[in-house]
Amino acid sequence: MNILMLGWELPPHNSGGLGVACYHMSKALALKGASIDFVVPYKATHPEIDFMRIHSATPLSPLHRYGMGAYDSKFFEESLLGGEELGDVRDIRGVQRKYVRYVDQLLDTVQPDAIHAHDWLTIEAGMHAKQKSGAPLIVHVHATEFDRSGEEYGNPVVHEIEYQGLMMADRIIAVSNITKSLIVQRYGIPADKVEVIHNALDVDSFANYTYDDSTYRYLETLKQEGYTIVATVTRFTIQKGLTHFLKAAARASEKYDKFVFLLAGDGEQRDELLRLSADFGIADKVVFTGFVRGKQWRDAYSVADVFVMSSVSEPFGLTALEAAHHDNAVIVTRQSGVGEVLHSIFRYDFWDTDVLADQLVGIAASRSLKYELTQSVKHEYARISWASVADRCLQLYQRVKEKAYA
Amino acid sequence: MSKRGVVLYLHVHQPLRVRKYSIFDTATNHDYFSDPDFASERNNQAVLQKVADKSYRPMNALLLKMLQQHPEFKVSLSITGTFIEQCEQWAPDVLDSFKELVRTGRVEIVSETYYHSLAFFYSRDEFERQVDTHRQKIRELFGVETSVFRNTELAYNNELAQWAEGYGFKGILAEGWDPILGWRSPNFVYRPEGTQNIGLLLKNYRLSDDVAFRFSNKAWEAWPLHADTYHAWMDASLQNGPIANLFMDYETFGEHQWEDTGIFSFFEAFIGQWLSDPNNTFYTVSEAVDAFDAQGEVSMPHTVTWADTERDLTAWLGNSMQQEALRHLYDLEHDVMLTNDIDLIGDWRRLQTSDHVYYMCTKWFNDGDVHAYFSPYESPYDAFLYFMNAVRDIRWRVMTHGGFYG
Repeated sequence: MNILMLGWELPPHNSGGLGVACYHMSKALALKGASIDFVVPYKATHPEIDFMRIHSATPLSPLHRYGMGAYDSKFFEESLLGGEELGDVRDIRGVQRKYVRYVDQLLDTVQPDAIHAHDWLTIEAGMHAKQKSGAPLIVHVHATEFDRSGEEYGNPVVHEIEYQGLMMADRIIAVSNITKSLIVQRYGIPADKVEVIHNALDVDSFANYTYDDSTYRYLETLKQEGYTIVATVTRFTIQKGLTHFLKAAARASEKYDKFVFLLAGDGEQRDELLRLSADFGIADKVVFTGFVRGKQWRDAYSVADVFVMSSVSEPFGLTALEAAHHDNAVIVTRQSGVGEVLHSIFRYDFWDTDVLADQLVGIAASRSLKYELTQSVKHEYARISWASVADRCLQLYQRVKEKAYA
Repeated sequence: MSKRGVVLYLHVHQPLRVRKYSIFDTATNHDYFSDPDFASERNNQAVLQKVADKSYRPMNALLLKMLQQHPEFKVSLSITGTFIEQCEQWAPDVLDSFKELVRTGRVEIVSETYYHSLAFFYSRDEFERQVDTHRQKIRELFGVETSVFRNTELAYNNELAQWAEGYGFKGILAEGWDPILGWRSPNFVYRPEGTQNIGLLLKNYRLSDDVAFRFSNKAWEAWPLHADTYHAWMDASLQNGPIANLFMDYETFGEHQWEDTGIFSFFEAFIGQWLSDPNNTFYTVSEAVDAFDAQGEVSMPHTVTWADTERDLTAWLGNSMQQEALRHLYDLEHDVMLTNDIDLIGDWRRLQTSDHVYYMCTKWFNDGDVHAYFSPYESPYDAFLYFMNAVRDIRWRVMTHGGFYG
């Protein structure tokens, strides 16, 4: 089975979960015999990837791609790159055009059995590839513009591209039921065209890891003093609902003194969040790390007691699984897809800061509650695996292929 | 009948700027004030050496020359402890040149808080300790006693004047702000409300700011300002009262106003012109208080400073981040003092320097450009972030002091 995989990022050049999901999915597919051509919009080495062919659609460095906001489509008309030699790739639309042209040429030498396009960024390339090669198009929705824009409307151009792609696709994969119903309700796509395949957690990638308790030494010292560390690991964008989270943090701190809130990550909302932490009078309890990866990223999970996913709209939310794996009690909003695969967690509506505050105090004040939550959740994420994700993808490829060439 | 005189008072100060101090430094590195990048505006040594070359060295040479040429020329200086410490480390020759000025007997040193802090508004004990420490340092370094007090940023109210009188000062400095004075002139000595003996000297902000702020402003109708024009303004002003209190930052000369604006030659020319009239002289601050009786009572129940169009503390305490930063810092006072650890207490005090919260100012409108010029951080939020991490580290050092956790 030859798969043309159209993606926007792969580790280590990823800025979020999209790249992680694409990596593990492709790896699991390759292990089951799929031959994959994976296109990315930048040029870089991927030292840990030898199970598929990676194609660079442009000579840009991955940093340029970060700058253009793979996740924050509102930036897409800003010109963030200088220099004549870059031709028409000075904004994200230019990069997308170049990406389409690259895929067009690639199809002169590659004949896929299925085209698997990830999110709006690669949807146009996917539609073109379908037209040129006749192969069926699978659109994999990790997030829609409705998710990214949080409580706002979002970018109409991106909505338009998503709509076209969802219409043109032979099959659609949604990462959760939440995302599926959004696709059905907001874009008017027939429900039976959309299949839900939840993401998984690759436990092996955490195997050779020992926690270094000196990374967050200040927090470790507070823990010895009886403090509870509440963490979130995320991009600071409106989608993530962090202003509500801080409000709940302030409410919880009124009832229980020994909290520290670790906000690991960075993003356009950082200044606002800093200011809010002061407005709420909890500035000394809220710790900001800046962008973390590697040890600082993993140790953030390890130092934490409680992990909160406060997203206003979260198609899946892999970080909640990662947190569960690191013995965190997990709290997620009802608007987060990951809640569909976990049961031993607390849930709340993203705006309901009193409920979140209540849950935080409850866990902090009860050792046994925290123990039950952290132990039980382990069995739940262990049930889902990338291997079974790959199985379901392969079945899907097979079905659409038979249909397309029938 | 005493001669009419100029009371020139210059404030000499450099803070110890906090480096980009992250949560990963907290509880690990305690070197908040050592930015390793010599090109950074946060590198205190680099800044001191730059300002020494542009301002301290040439201005002290000019002041000495004026003192030698004009037996009636006098000047008062306040020199902060944080400046002195940095000079001792990186520019001892600058300190020697200040000593040489003081040895002429016509340069008076003004008392203030050693750490250029706002401690008066947070902790009277800590405030007095800093005044004592500063007096002691001045005694050791220059062999003189101080008898006139100025508070950080000229932040003044009735309570401060009453404190200063009780402490034994004969004079105190404040802003001559119109809404307080009404029809009265700042060119007299006044008596603060609720005091018996202490003399209040009020900054003539028009004549002071002509030099300190407007001198190089090409959009100003008086630009370029010549000594004879300024002399004429001085004559006119002294129709109302015998003294003109010119209070400004020392760094006006060479740093805020660069040498190429003509500031040094203007200064030299004005002094010569002013003293060419036998009715004119200069007074130090204590001489002015001795020479003239108080002309009435001035009351400032609310704090008045010398900053911005509001003349209040909002540049330092106007937003919640600034309030939180100092609240959390001063909350540590009791525990910090209990450690008896000189290094720890010193670092805690260095964080009290008012510049740190000034960098967090978000009043970007009328006064914002001044604030932006003086900030070594990308944004007030960055300033807040690094400062809070340093405050956390102080807390950690307190918690682990004495080997309880170490």
